[in-house]
Amino acid sequence: MATLGDLERTVMELLWATPEALTANGLREAIAEAPFGEVGRELAVTTVLTVLSRLEKKGLVQRERNSRPHRYKSVTSREAHTAELMHEVLVTAPDREAVLARFIGSVSETEAQTLRKLLSGS
Amino acid sequence: MFWASYLLATLAIILAWPAPVALSRARWPARAPFTALILWQSIALAGGLSMIGAMLVWGLEPLGDNLVSAAGGFWNVARNQAPAGTLGVVHVFALSAAFLLGAHLIFTLMLTYVRIRRQRRRHRDLLGLLSSPALGSPATLVINHPAPVAYCLPGGARSVTVLSDSLLDLLTREELDAVLTHERAHLHQRHHLLLWAFAAWRAALPWLPTSLLAQRAVNELIEMLADDEALKHVKESTLVRAIAIVASGSPPPASLEQCEPPATRSAPVTVSALTELEPGTASTLEATAQRLSRLLTPLPPLSVLQRNTVLGTSALLLTVPPILLVAPELLG
Repeated sequence: MATLGDLERTVMELLWATPEALTANGLREAIAEAPFGEVGRELAVTTVLTVLSRLEKKGLVQRERNSRPHRYKSVTSREAHTAELMHEVLVTAPDREAVLARFIGSVSETEAQTLRKLLSGS
Repeated sequence: MFWASYLLATLAIILAWPAPVALSRARWPARAPFTALILWQSIALAGGLSMIGAMLVWGLEPLGDNLVSAAGGFWNVARNQAPAGTLGVVHVFALSAAFLLGAHLIFTLMLTYVRIRRQRRRHRDLLGLLSSPALGSPATLVINHPAPVAYCLPGGARSVTVLSDSLLDLLTREELDAVLTHERAHLHQRHHLLLWAFAAWRAALPWLPTSLLAQRAVNELIEMLADDEALKHVKESTLVRAIAIVASGSPPPASLEQCEPPATRSAPVTVSALTELEPGTASTLEATAQRLSRLLTPLPPLSVLQRNTVLGTSALLLTVPPILLVAPELLG
């Protein structure tokens, strides 16, 4: 039994992989054919719609309003989402030389030697 | 009770400027990070309380000898049962300022909480789509990213530790253990609550330079606490290597002289709890250097006497302002 989380993942993977917008029914067929294993082969369209509306609420999926039936596509690429996540985490980007130079400059000679020894793996 | 308000005002000024500056320059917090954290919290709490208290006591001065009796007097004025003329314009001004400052602090605390929660929910949503569980635990997630990153996302039972796949490639099993214990210590010791409180303090009083000092100091101290926790499980040299690898974004070179210019830029070893920290690159470097230095040249922990002195100071800071507010005659 696939959870809603698994379904959301599957739907997003499909939307990310498809450049054009998909209908809920199109998605249902794609899920049935996709090599995702146990994740719902025989899904009802209503289930797909539930998943899509959850994803829409989370701001991950957008609906094209002028088409019937509605077509859905991802708001942005997988890479852009990863970048968004990492942007929150990577507040700063010190490079190796800066870290070590700063460190070597701010510590005693013995500490620097110890560090050299540790980093060279001996 | 005039003198009580002056005492409180003096305390507020000391706690707003000289005390935090001195503490942020002191060397001993690296030897007793937990004790230092308690002192920082006492300074922040007592500082806020005496700032508000000084204005409150000063404004209520015509109405009573202490806060309790004066509040009764104020209630009578408010119900028109006592002449309002007993309060001058300056008193009303001081009282309004006290109420506004108090409301501002509480409101900012709540606003920061809401903002952090929204940010975390969004982060969790995206993680659910982009990462996969690893190391046989649903609380450890791996995400595809070229920068070696490890961080934790607090959320009660749904707390997770996130690692990038490139970090997994760079670290040995022991170094990975060091990183994981470090991150889990952040979660177990609820460091995100501290970060929240001090981020709120900074947001509420951005013009107060010491709110930045405090936020930075708290950020450094929790990293040290997490390092200490990791040291219970791994050797010092392993932790040092792990910190250096994550901070430098590449496996250590055979010797430092052979450093190539870095191909990838990378993160400090942890950015915990996702608060709105804005440490400049310099301060992060400084913090990493301090952590490394502390591990390479371990200093003896504070003596019991020294630690108790700090704890006693914290206790005094937390008791004096309330006594001055409620029962100034106890001190006079």
